[in-house]
Amino acid sequence: MGTHSHHHDYNFNERYEFAGKAKLYSIIAVVLGVAAVAIGLLSGDHVTVERTYANLLLMGYYFTCVCAAGAFFVALQYVTQSAWSAGLVRIPQAMASTLPIAALLLVVIVGLGLSTHNLYHHWHGEGLLDHNSPNYDPIIEGKSAYLNVPFFLSRQVIFLGVYSIFAVILAKLSYKEDLEGGLASYKKSFKLSAIFLVIFGFTTPIWAFDTIMSLEAHWFSTMFGWYNFAAMWVSGICCITIIVVVLKKAGYMNWVNENHLHDLGKLMFGFSIFWTYVWFAQFMLIWYSNIPEETVYFYKRWEPEYKPWFWLSIIINFVSPLLILVDRDAKRKQNVMLFVAILLLAGHWLDYYIMVMPGTVAEHRGFGIIEIGTALGFLGLFIFLVMSKLSKQALVPKNHPFLDESLHHQI
Amino acid sequence: MSNTKYILGSFADPDDMMHGIDKLQANNISIYDCFTPMPIHGIEAKLGVKPSRLPIAAFCFGALGTTLGFSLLYYTMVYDWPMNIGGKPSFAMPNFVPVTFEVTILLCALGMVATFFFRNHLFPGRAPRVMDLRATDDRFILAVDAKENADHALIDSLLKEAGAVEVKYNDRKYVSYE
Repeated sequence: MGTHSHHHDYNFNERYEFAGKAKLYSIIAVVLGVAAVAIGLLSGDHVTVERTYANLLLMGYYFTCVCAAGAFFVALQYVTQSAWSAGLVRIPQAMASTLPIAALLLVVIVGLGLSTHNLYHHWHGEGLLDHNSPNYDPIIEGKSAYLNVPFFLSRQVIFLGVYSIFAVILAKLSYKEDLEGGLASYKKSFKLSAIFLVIFGFTTPIWAFDTIMSLEAHWFSTMFGWYNFAAMWVSGICCITIIVVVLKKAGYMNWVNENHLHDLGKLMFGFSIFWTYVWFAQFMLIWYSNIPEETVYFYKRWEPEYKPWFWLSIIINFVSPLLILVDRDAKRKQNVMLFVAILLLAGHWLDYYIMVMPGTVAEHRGFGIIEIGTALGFLGLFIFLVMSKLSKQALVPKNHPFLDESLHHQI
Repeated sequence: MSNTKYILGSFADPDDMMHGIDKLQANNISIYDCFTPMPIHGIEAKLGVKPSRLPIAAFCFGALGTTLGFSLLYYTMVYDWPMNIGGKPSFAMPNFVPVTFEVTILLCALGMVATFFFRNHLFPGRAPRVMDLRATDDRFILAVDAKENADHALIDSLLKEAGAVEVKYNDRKYVSYE
C-alpha cells in the first residue's frame, strides 16, 4: 500500500511455544487412544478386533491424508508462485514434516490388518484363488495380478515414501532459506513442487483405490480417487485454518489477517462444493445405470444402519459450508471459520466412516469407545507432532521472496 | 462564478495520488471519484466506497435459473410427456440435478454480466464516457466536484502539493472516445 507501510513492526523470529495445557491434553488424548485401541484389540471378540482395525485404518488414512494435504498445499503455493500464503505456509510445512510418521503408521496398520486377516479379507481371504475351494472367487482371481499382497504393500510403501521424501525436502528447503536467504531454495522448491504435484496427482487416486476402495474388491469406481482427493484437500485446508485461528487467538501470527482467512475460506468453500460434485457424479452415474455390480456399494450404504449417516454426511459436508460460507463476511470471521472447519473435519470423519465400515464390519458397526477413542488418539497425535514441528522453526519464512506481498495481501 | 464542473488532479504516480486523497480529506474536500489504469489495493476503503451489490444480483439470477431449469424439466419430463427411461420414475430427482445446476450457473453468469453492463452504462455500440482519457493509460485521476467544493484555489494547491503533474478545470463532466 505504497507509502503507508506503517505496520512493519512484526517479529519475524517469533516462535510458537508448545507447552502447558496444549501439550498435556494432546498427550492425554494419545494415551486414551492407545487405551481404547488396546481394549478393542485385546477384547478377544473377533468382531470387536475387526472393528478396531477398521477404525485404525480410518484414522490412519485420515491422518496421512491431512499431512499429505499439507505437502500438497506447500507444493501448490510454490508452483503457482502464490504470495498470499507466504505468511502462513509454516503450518502446512509442519503438517508435511509429520507425513513420514503418519505414513509409517498407516503402513503398519495396513500390514498388520493384512497379516491378521482383519482388513482386506475380501481379496485376501482363504482359498479365494483356489479353484477347488468353496471360497473360490473368479472376479478376485481376475484382479489378483494387481491385488496381491506383495504388489499392494510395495505400492503403499513407494507412494507414501515418495510423498514423504518430497514433503520433508520441501519443508527443509524453506527452513534453509531462513538461514541463508537468497532465491536458491525458492527456485529449487519450485522445481521439486512441480515434479511432486505430477506424481501426487497421478498416484493419489491409485492410493485411494488401494487403501479404501479395495476393502470391497468387487466394486470399482474411477471417480473414487478424486472423491478421496477432494475429501483430503478439504480436511487439510480445515486443519490449516484451525491452527491459524488458534494461534491468532493465542496472540501469534499478527501478520495473518482476515484477508488470508478469506482465501482459506474460499478454498474450504470451493473444495467442499468440488467434493459434492465428485460425490454426486459417482452417485448419479451408478444410480442411473443401475447395474448390480456397481449399485452394490450404495445398496450397502442404504441399509437402515447406514442410511441416516449417509445423508448426514452430505448435509455436513455440502449444505453447511454452502449456507454458512457463501457470505463474504463469514469467511473473514475467525469464529465462523473455526466452527465450519471443525464441523467439516467431523463431517469428513463421517465420510470416511461411510467409506470404510460397510466393507469391513458392515452390520456390526458401532459408535462407542473404540470409535471415539481411536479418533481422539489420532487427533492428539496430530496435534502433538504438528505443533512440536511448528515450534522448532520461526512462525514465518522470513526470507520468502513473496513475504512482503503476503503481508500486504488484500482482497 | 466559473463554469467549472469538475477539477481533475492528474498524477503520474499512484502513491502521489493516495497522498492527494489524504490531503483533500484532511481539508474536508469531498472526492467525487478516482480513476486509475490498474486496481489499487485499499483505495475503496480509503474513499469509503460501499461494497458492490453485484453478489445480490448474482444470487437473484441464480435462484431464477434454478426455478426455470427445474420447471422446464418438470414440465417436459413429468407433466407434458412422461417417458419410461430405464424404468426410473418420471420424477427422478437425481437426473434433474445436473440440468438445474447448469441453468443456475448460466443465468447467474449472464445475469451478472447484464447487471454489470447496465450499471456501468456499457452497451454495445455506445462509446464509453470517461472523465479523463489518460486514466485508461498512464495517469491516476482524482476528480473533485467543483460545485460542491467552493475553494478552487485550495484544491489546486493541495493537488499540486501532493504531486499532481496537471490540474484541469473541466466544464463538461465527460470526454468521449468518439
